[in-house]
Amino acid sequence: MIDRDSPVTEDELHAYIDGELPADRKEAIAKWLADHPEQGALVASWRAQAESIRARYGAVGEEPVPERLKLEQVLSHDRRNGRSWAAMTAAAAVVAFVLGGGTGWLARGVSAAAPAGFDVIASEALDAYKLYVVEVRHPVEVPGSERAHMTQWLSKRLGEELRIPDLQAIGLKLVGGRLLPGPTGAAAFYMYESPSGERFTIYCAKAGVSQTALRYTSEEQFAAFYWVDDKIAYVVSGPADRERLESVTKSVYEQIDKSAAKKL
Amino acid sequence: MGTFRQSVEATIPALRRYARALTRDADIADDLVQDTLVRALRSEHLFHGGDVRSWLYTILTNLNRNRLRSLARRPILSPIEDNDAPDLAGPEAGGRDIERALATLVEDQRNALLLVVLEGLSYREVAEVQGVPIGTVMSRLARARVQIKNYLDGERPALRRVK
Repeated sequence: MIDRDSPVTEDELHAYIDGELPADRKEAIAKWLADHPEQGALVASWRAQAESIRARYGAVGEEPVPERLKLEQVLSHDRRNGRSWAAMTAAAAVVAFVLGGGTGWLARGVSAAAPAGFDVIASEALDAYKLYVVEVRHPVEVPGSERAHMTQWLSKRLGEELRIPDLQAIGLKLVGGRLLPGPTGAAAFYMYESPSGERFTIYCAKAGVSQTALRYTSEEQFAAFYWVDDKIAYVVSGPADRERLESVTKSVYEQIDKSAAKKL
Repeated sequence: MGTFRQSVEATIPALRRYARALTRDADIADDLVQDTLVRALRSEHLFHGGDVRSWLYTILTNLNRNRLRSLARRPILSPIEDNDAPDLAGPEAGGRDIERALATLVEDQRNALLLVVLEGLSYREVAEVQGVPIGTVMSRLARARVQIKNYLDGERPALRRVK
């Protein structure tokens, strides 16, 4: 018990109405308040505020959960929309961060550890980049002007419906594409060029897994971002300027993501 | 994993309530809850024990802070009737008063107050959600209560008094 003159702090009054005090102290303060009407009124006003807040919003917690917030809906919606670029790069950062820590970031069905064969696809893609990017006369089999034909042909050979990203918006013109042998069968290869002659390529091949996090690999002069989405591995290769390559990859990723969403 | 999802699911009604009070807009609130659920499920494996409920409140609080930050960069279009609508009598008016009073709070104070009085979190839990010491939570609460009292006692924006 506190005596009449023992100081009651304002902090204690808050703790009192919020149920943060031990029982005996609570009792003491209740008594003290009875003798201090001014503080009693203050405490009553705080209680009334809390009551109004609960009266205004409490019922929301009793409402049935709307369909779109049901867990099953949230899960399937998330799968359908694929992952946002922000989530992908965030994941890539986390993967880089935890490698060696042994924890591994795992999103839904996204494996942080490289599945067997995945790195092989990336290295094949980078080899193809190095081989064809220097080619002046015959960098591609089918010119970019025959985009529709190329889409149909490569989709048929891979057995997957492919879309060839349009990168005009970031100043990259489709030079064309070609079919390549890959570790998992046929691979599609597209080449883009900037007005200054910078070349970027996209390599697509069937992957053994349905999704992976975004990964990055670099050599002295070349680099690549690669990931698997909807069972297709994508490797975007270009000169070793990570920022530039990341922005190109972002455009590619967003278009692939959009076309996947359209399919459903 | 089953228990994790079950805990998340069981918290959805409370998250909706908290989000509604935070944003005072039903659609924005449910969007916020949806984003919170997506984040939570995606990073399910980042969650190493602890209280799922507090963790969800933390995600929602942070997402709302990001939302307000991005809003701050845009011009704010507030509905004109907010200041001009005549006050109704009865409980509806009381509800609107508390709503307006909450709107005048600084974000961190509003979070702290709502987590305590609406969601029933302990000071310690709120400190975890906000990532600050308990003392800071208490001073936020105290300031929130002073501000709301002043507002309800009539220290309203000049515009309203002119009318």
